[in-house]
Amino acid sequence: MHATALSNRFRRLPAFLLLGLLLPLLTACGYNAIPTADEKAKAAWSEVLNQYQRRADLIPNLVETVKGYAAHEKEVLETVVEARAKATQVTVSPEALSDPEAFKAFQESQSGLTSALSRLLAVVENYPDLKANQNFLALQAQLEGTENRIAVARRDYIEAVREYNTTLRTFPSVLWATFWFTDSQPYQNFTVAEDKIETPKVDFGAKQGG
Amino acid sequence: MRALLAGFLLCLFAAAAAPAAELPALTGRVVDNAELIDAATEAALVARLEAFETKSSDQIVVATIPSLGGEAIEPFANRLFRAWGLGQAGENNGILLLVARDDRKMRIEVGYGLEGTLTDLHSKLIIENTMVPAFRAGDFSGGISRAVDDIVMVLEGNAAELEARAERNQKDGTGFDAEDLFVTLFVILWVVLFFGGFAMALLAPVFGRKIGPGRYRWLGMDISYSGSGSSSGGSWSSGSSSGGGWSSGSSGGGFSGGGGSSGGGGSSGSW
Repeated sequence: MHATALSNRFRRLPAFLLLGLLLPLLTACGYNAIPTADEKAKAAWSEVLNQYQRRADLIPNLVETVKGYAAHEKEVLETVVEARAKATQVTVSPEALSDPEAFKAFQESQSGLTSALSRLLAVVENYPDLKANQNFLALQAQLEGTENRIAVARRDYIEAVREYNTTLRTFPSVLWATFWFTDSQPYQNFTVAEDKIETPKVDFGAKQGG
Repeated sequence: MRALLAGFLLCLFAAAAAPAAELPALTGRVVDNAELIDAATEAALVARLEAFETKSSDQIVVATIPSLGGEAIEPFANRLFRAWGLGQAGENNGILLLVARDDRKMRIEVGYGLEGTLTDLHSKLIIENTMVPAFRAGDFSGGISRAVDDIVMVLEGNAAELEARAERNQKDGTGFDAEDLFVTLFVILWVVLFFGGFAMALLAPVFGRKIGPGRYRWLGMDISYSGSGSSSGGSWSSGSSSGGGWSSGSSGGGFSGGGGSSGGGGSSGSW
């Protein structure tokens, strides 16, 4: 009887060892791949939102400064203010990243602000006094820096989403996506904004009279 | 399985590495591939930058390249910065001063950790007021050298912050300081006490030898489950391996980035 109890214990031993060996292997089988890539993509998205917010925060100051020198450029200034209001209204939470409609709306509102801003900066070229203003120079440097940070954040997000979407579709993590993480949907990614696709219009300007 | 996974990872890496054009190698603190800086200035620059890193742990690197190959300078500088990993890993306190000769463009790329000290405006002013006039006059060595002076001046301007940063990144020879050792020992001690107790309670009936009702002998100890009379014999400690600190720092006197990153801070200009 003692012997059978002992052998029972020994029979349980391999099960313990097997469990101990298999648990760490789950990670090697890609169980962690999907949540890891998911969190990374969400973090990259937060950075994108953060940088867009930073740009939106700069705009009131910029508009005030430009107003001081070019108050009669009302139309351009108003477009910027409106575009900013629209852009700050549309945000996409990390949970809604797989929603194509929300993502498209966000992208459109931000590219609206981008084009309004570039029109404003083009108009400013006509005001040498404004261009020499220290406050304006500072704002311009910050705006340039922010635009570049947006570009970097977008690039990081594109890369993170590419990795995340890849884990959802490739072996072996696709097995986990099918049988376990059934809620995980591919995330939307940035497409090139329409104003960037258009070929630049060359306009030699009738004003100068050739 | 493992081989398959390795193959999968390899493919991922290959795909990630594919679009990047060739980046210059990080051969030192001054990488003068465009031959813009004369030898004397270069030696002085290297010495100054090295001294500044010992003092503050900030890594400043000057790079000149012949051409950007059609890429804009901002993404190229960011790519280069991240590939070189300038600045200390947790601190991201690196700065890259990049000059593209044929494109007539320059950029100061600032790591995450220094964005608050060397702001975009500072970088812009350094480029516009120091570098551009010198470059237009053809004085590349002087322009770069004075720009580095300005950068160091701005970073030193925030003296308290600089000191704190230097202290945080103090490296001793082993790359394993007393605080780390203390924390490791503390963790090992409590892990052994905590899980050791559990292991004792749970594993004794499984592996031990039964010597009476509710009493087991295991590892030379008599363990009783009747509530009294537990006697402990020797003690044992699991040989938890301490990973220790691994430093990605300098190897063999050469210079390498500390693993910092940049999110596109800084400013660019052209001459």
